Amino acid sequence: MHGFGPVQPEEDEPPFHAVWEGRVYLMAVALMRRGLFTLDELRDAIERMPPAEYLAASYYERWLAAIERLLVEKGTLAEGELDAAVEGQRR
Amino acid sequence: MSDDHGDEERAENTRRVGLLTSLLEERGVVSERELDELVEAFVARTGPGQGARIVARAWTDSGFRARLLADANAAVRELGLDMAAGTAPHLRLRVVENTSEVHNLVVCTLCSCYPVAILGPPPTWYKSESYRSRVVRDPRGVLEEFGLELDPALRIRVWDSSAETRYLVVPVRPEGSDDHGEEELAALVSRNALIGTALAGSGAG
Repeated sequence: MHGFGPVQPEEDEPPFHAVWEGRVYLMAVALMRRGLFTLDELRDAIERMPPAEYLAASYYERWLAAIERLLVEKGTLAEGELDAAVEGQRR
Repeated sequence: MSDDHGDEERAENTRRVGLLTSLLEERGVVSERELDELVEAFVARTGPGQGARIVARAWTDSGFRARLLADANAAVRELGLDMAAGTAPHLRLRVVENTSEVHNLVVCTLCSCYPVAILGPPPTWYKSESYRSRVVRDPRGVLEEFGLELDPALRIRVWDSSAETRYLVVPVRPEGSDDHGEEELAALVSRNALIGTALAGSGAG
């Protein structure tokens, strides 16, 4: 795909831009070390995201979505369980 | 695509990750405390400074330089660094050296493969669709966006990272650095220089 415009480097970029980003990254590392999924499965899950969602998501939002998908597919989470928890906390 | 998300997205993502962590903790998979400790250790252990140390050693120790180019995984262990500490234990590190004839440039066209176990997360621009989609086709044009205009006679070699192999560039040692010690030399090597989008001694990035 093309047409994404010029590259925009950021001066002195920190390793993570928010606490949740670091947690998502290390959550993936921890889950892979426990054998819940592999790095290839994680990348595949990112690539399986619906294209519009993929393009609208930031980098670590993609990782988060892929982790959620894999945890559902592996049976650790029930389908819709996290969405329900998020809704529950909003109310 | 957008990494400049606002406060609302940040709050939403923070909430979602917190709830996911709680669900995993309930199931005995991973705890919040463990994640915090992992983040802290990761940030302390990794970073562009580790790559700069590798380069400074290669510039000053020709034996190390030869070992580094031949088998980087083994050579960086001499500096207490370990490629197996990241997402997968089998990753190969390949070090490529810039010379007066060749300039090396690294990309991951598929996603964001990078020597994270040593350098920490890649910069956002490295993960951007813009960089990934154009650097193979038009490396000089992309380098100009980094303010880098290379001699047209210099060959550019672009390395595409993969799930198995990650790359690190040894830039050309700057002129006038002959009497520098390793620490001083390391300070000349930016994160971008380790990827090939900057030269050593050029400051920013």
